[in-house]
Amino acid sequence: MNIIISNSDPRPIYEQVGEAIRSAIVRGELEAGEALPSIRGLSKDLRISVITTKRAFEELERDGYIETVPGKGSFVAASGTGLLRERRLSEIEESLRRALLLGRSAGLGTEELTEMLRVLSEEEL
Amino acid sequence: MNAIEARGLSKKYSGFQLRDVSFTLPEGSIMGLVGENGAGKSTLIRLIMGAAAADSGQVTVLGTQTGSPKFIKAKDDIGVVLDEAHFPVSLNAAQIGHIMEDTYSRWDPVEYARLLQRLDLPEKKPIKNFSRGMTMKLALATALSHDARLLVLDEPTGGLDPMVRDEILDILEDFTRREDRSVLISSHIVSDLEKLCDYIAFLHKGELLLFEEKDRLLEEYGVVKLSEADFEAVPKAAVKGARRGKYGVEALVDKSIAGSVRAEKPTLEDVIIFFARGDRE
Repeated sequence: MNIIISNSDPRPIYEQVGEAIRSAIVRGELEAGEALPSIRGLSKDLRISVITTKRAFEELERDGYIETVPGKGSFVAASGTGLLRERRLSEIEESLRRALLLGRSAGLGTEELTEMLRVLSEEEL
Repeated sequence: MNAIEARGLSKKYSGFQLRDVSFTLPEGSIMGLVGENGAGKSTLIRLIMGAAAADSGQVTVLGTQTGSPKFIKAKDDIGVVLDEAHFPVSLNAAQIGHIMEDTYSRWDPVEYARLLQRLDLPEKKPIKNFSRGMTMKLALATALSHDARLLVLDEPTGGLDPMVRDEILDILEDFTRREDRSVLISSHIVSDLEKLCDYIAFLHKGELLLFEEKDRLLEEYGVVKLSEADFEAVPKAAVKGARRGKYGVEALVDKSIAGSVRAEKPTLEDVIIFFARGDRE
């Protein structure tokens, strides 16, 4: 798993760490039940404050992506991967709905929009 | 347990006064102490170490009150590096190791040898032939080799080149991988502290202007660059310090109450400098 922390990123560091772990879960790099690095070890390796890493883990736990077992560490929650997929799906749905609305306002039909999506998906993202 | 608890510490010298300093450093964290020359950093460190008695207030280190009879024993748990190392110059690193073995009850010769090697320090070379960086690294190696739980460093990176400073920061990060270990480090090289610390304390003219979690500090405050007129519209309570130039105003603001101005991410140095400037206006 790569965690890149950037100073030019406007998001606070704990959000950057949380997002990096979330995307590792979505991509399947971290699987359900897998142990996460210890808060202290991760902080020292990333050279960030322990308090910041703790905050990132707390938010991940609150949102149900990871579970913390006292004395043992944190693990990817069994429901974490499914939950995340679910959320991503609804984000995609929302984006497509907006595209559809924009298309209508520009007088494009469903056919033309589908064609546009097909062309786009053939290009490299 | 807390590593350090200071309550209302005051100390007066002729021409200088440390006023009512209170803070709590939780165990397992690194605290950076910043302040201009003469701000009271070394005085505060002396009070914490029991090397000077406070006029009022008290300080507890690793659960033991400084100055109490039990504190002498607690000193085994504290590793100290001062800005000048006072090793006898005719001795070499190996001989220093032997002296320390008699000084500290939990001296660890294996750890000491490992640190000498990691820091590239020769065992047999007399200390008088050491550079400033080497002497500082030797002081750090001795402070880290008696199983201390609190490390107190006064200006350890001053006058050292960036490579050695980075090496020292690495070693301090490694030291705090265990959660019962804490560090208090003073420096006016703010960028070193920005990399390392969990908490930042800012002493200014003998007063503690700031004691806060570092990342929170960098999130809560922002630097704005505005015209004089736009600056006047910013709530005064949000402005922590300002620099008025010929072509505009630069200021540090508390983002939560500054309104809709566009604030840039500050560096720790910005925060410190504006806080120090603030009282001039």
